[in-house]
Amino acid sequence: MKAGVIVFPGSNCDRDVMVALEQATGRPPAAIWHRETVLPDLDLVVLPGGFSYGDYLRAGAMAAQSPIMRAVVAHAEAGRHVLGICNGFQIAIEAGLLPGALLRNAGLHFVCRDVWLRVENAATPFTRGYRGGDVIRVPVAHHDGNYFADPETLARLRGEGRVAFRYCAADGDAGERANPNGSADDIAGILNERGNVLGLMPHPERLADPALGGTDGRPMFTALVESFA
Amino acid sequence: MTADIAITPQIVAEHGLSESEYDRVLEIMGREPNLLELGIFSVMWSEHCSYKSSKKWLKTLPTEAPWVICGPGENAGVVDLGDGQAAIFKMESHNHPSFIEPYQGAATGVGGILRDVFTMGARPIANMNALRFGSPAHPKTRHLVAGVVAGIGGYGNCVGVPTVGGECNFHPAYDGNILVNAMTVGLADSSRIFYSAAAGVGNPVIYVGSKTGRDGIHGATMASAEFDDDSEEKRPTVQVGDPFTEKLLIEACLELMATDAIVAIQDMGAAGLTSSSFEMASKGEVGIELDLDRVPVREDGMTPYEMMLSESQERMLMVLRPGAEDTARAIFEKWELDFAVIGRVTDSGRMVLRFGGAVVGDLPVAPLADAAPEYDRPHEAAPVPARLDPAATPASDDLGEALVRLLGTPDLASKRWIWEQYDHMVGADTIGRPGGDAALVRLHGTRKALAITTDCTPRYCQADARTGGAQAVAETWRNITATGARPLAITDCMNFGNPERPEIMAQFVGAIAGMGEACRALDYPVVSGNVSLYNETNGKAILPTPAIGGIGLIADCDKAVSIAFPAEGLDVLLIGDTRGELGQSLYLRELHGKEEGAPPAVDLTAERRNGDFVRDAIHDGIVSACHDLSDGGLAVGIAEMALAGNIGVDITVPEGLAIPLHAWLFGEDQARYLVTVATPQSAGILAAAAAANVPAISVGRTGGSDLTVRNGFTISLATLREARESWLPTYMGTA
Repeated sequence: MKAGVIVFPGSNCDRDVMVALEQATGRPPAAIWHRETVLPDLDLVVLPGGFSYGDYLRAGAMAAQSPIMRAVVAHAEAGRHVLGICNGFQIAIEAGLLPGALLRNAGLHFVCRDVWLRVENAATPFTRGYRGGDVIRVPVAHHDGNYFADPETLARLRGEGRVAFRYCAADGDAGERANPNGSADDIAGILNERGNVLGLMPHPERLADPALGGTDGRPMFTALVESFA
Repeated sequence: MTADIAITPQIVAEHGLSESEYDRVLEIMGREPNLLELGIFSVMWSEHCSYKSSKKWLKTLPTEAPWVICGPGENAGVVDLGDGQAAIFKMESHNHPSFIEPYQGAATGVGGILRDVFTMGARPIANMNALRFGSPAHPKTRHLVAGVVAGIGGYGNCVGVPTVGGECNFHPAYDGNILVNAMTVGLADSSRIFYSAAAGVGNPVIYVGSKTGRDGIHGATMASAEFDDDSEEKRPTVQVGDPFTEKLLIEACLELMATDAIVAIQDMGAAGLTSSSFEMASKGEVGIELDLDRVPVREDGMTPYEMMLSESQERMLMVLRPGAEDTARAIFEKWELDFAVIGRVTDSGRMVLRFGGAVVGDLPVAPLADAAPEYDRPHEAAPVPARLDPAATPASDDLGEALVRLLGTPDLASKRWIWEQYDHMVGADTIGRPGGDAALVRLHGTRKALAITTDCTPRYCQADARTGGAQAVAETWRNITATGARPLAITDCMNFGNPERPEIMAQFVGAIAGMGEACRALDYPVVSGNVSLYNETNGKAILPTPAIGGIGLIADCDKAVSIAFPAEGLDVLLIGDTRGELGQSLYLRELHGKEEGAPPAVDLTAERRNGDFVRDAIHDGIVSACHDLSDGGLAVGIAEMALAGNIGVDITVPEGLAIPLHAWLFGEDQARYLVTVATPQSAGILAAAAAANVPAISVGRTGGSDLTVRNGFTISLATLREARESWLPTYMGTA
């Protein structure tokens, strides 16, 4: 798999996802500065976590206007794959790659902790390392992760299998206490219509190493490698 | 322009200079200073910048060891980690601003300490903090907790440096003067440390980062005076932070540091452009000429006085090699930061400031920077209270209920509500998360890890500053040891009241003496630090709070242990002697309303012996979990281990106990650890302890879902957890 990670001013999980990708592929992914206008030949573009432009104006709004984003949108339109993690999910939404909005957390605080996710769609290149219904433990760390969309959009996401992950309790059950940010329908991650763009608030790259206390994030990266082998 | 204003005694007093200090100004200048020059003397000679009350005593602290690369005096301390790596770290206070404007005060405290560390060439890899608030019942406390925590998180999360731990206490003595102490640890190549001494006559002086605004003027002077009821009017002297710019500044500086362009670099912290330029000139024994017309400013019409005294954040001053300007400019432009050549190094030994074509300030560097006033203030210690006889201390009718209540008190309750607002995992190297004895952060790409902790027990210091100072150092050493790491060095953040009062000065002197003894006994030098005095409001001082930040190194992070019981059926051993020290204990304070007696004695020989024994046992793979005992004693420590592992414990009280059971359970005797070992190895480790003259006994066995004291009480972990976890969210109204 040929992967590249876009680096925006204020990205701060770019290195973390590069490490996870390198562990999966055996070679370092390309780091692409946001002022570039052309992407190299890539299977996967990652929009990493962080605080691009300090979250000023609105999380992801300014990064979505970066020169490289035209090329990223074209990459997605050509059916190639884009993964947006945390701030990358926010950027993907602001760039129109995914529907809805990410609002301030319902509790109004930044929240950093491990959460449980239920894998809702295991039939994508991003998620085929899991089985449908698997419950995995992955950390969140965000202030604006409260997913919102109008009822029609939510109905479409559900009907088309585009909800990739939902927040849940350790036993897989839904429940208000398991949802860390008030997201509609407990949504943690969604896919675009073609299924080639995934955005999610949790950080799979942060639990892809046993020394960090878990490896539930790793199958996402190994599955991507297998998809593009 | 500034020369037009006559310097009256009132203006001198408003600048915080005493009459004798002003006489010294006249002597150094050989003439009356203008307002700009007076302002420069004012900030340079403020307590905050000059350490004039504390210097005499700070000099007595041990600062050297074979692994120390750079001790106090630079922006931060540097210790060798082997393999060409070095840790750079420091802790600093931002107390006064945080009381006035908690979000920005705390946020810029984090920003300032980060700059102290990356200025020296390190990538920051961890933040910590030590927070003290007033009584939870005080009407301002909730607002201050919310603002400080949000400010620390808002800044640290955005710059992408994990905030991996800290401590937080509540006491009425901080009602009018909270403490916000922030610590940063960075990682550098030991061959590429950057210092602040300017050099090379003719070399360009460069300003980078944010533009200069009118914020924070006289912040350092504010931090050197007591508060009164009108302190809120000082809000405009609090700076405003921009963590996004800081993140760009980190990346740009580290990118430039990878070249050979930089001769010297210094962040603009307290007293901004004034202290950074004087510091660089005085360390390098050179002069500097600054052209203030070239300083990037946020608004028109700023005066030289405002430019020199502004504490606008996220700015750095550098001296570059001749011809390196273009390389440097390209990097800063890439990161969209201001870059301006604002002056040059001279051989005049003077700071010459030009503005609008005229010289607006001309001061000699060495007398101003080096000949700052130094005081030997009178100190007179209050008598140390007598040690309490454990047998004479009040028992509690129900010791189980006592434990539940203690775990739910503000100082012992879980601080999860705080640290879940901090991104403690960014960087993907946090292998020991908040909530344990010390945080563990892996050195990226290696098996090595740093153990990091902050500690102080102010109530001990109040009763006996010398013992309290030693205890604070020893507790950091124990917390690091309990992970399996070898303690290396400390940074100190000395928070005290008004040093002009002999009883406060005595607290300072006593704490330094105790700290020095502990540092020497434990081979654990001080490499950086900060002093914050005048922490008083309306004449009421805080508890003496010498907050200590310690770091240690473990060569193989797979050998590190946590406090969590890892399995059922393990033996729990108590290492160290228990005499039932209840003086100044949380048991007495929280359950019996008594803040009395001598604090627990600190036996540094026992500390070292017991700690070295425990660390070796961790390295040998015999100990599978370890927790140091401190606040709340054995019962609280064992409950914390059980809760962390979600495994119960059956505790056996030693036969023929010579002290009352409550003193055994809640005494805060020092130099103690709880460890778990597999049963087949218990006898061996107990024998080894006896041979090493280390007191050790078996006190229980892990298993089940209750905490039981045989012939005493049984409480479910669920009850203990509820008590410990619910206090802070309930108090903050978010449960």
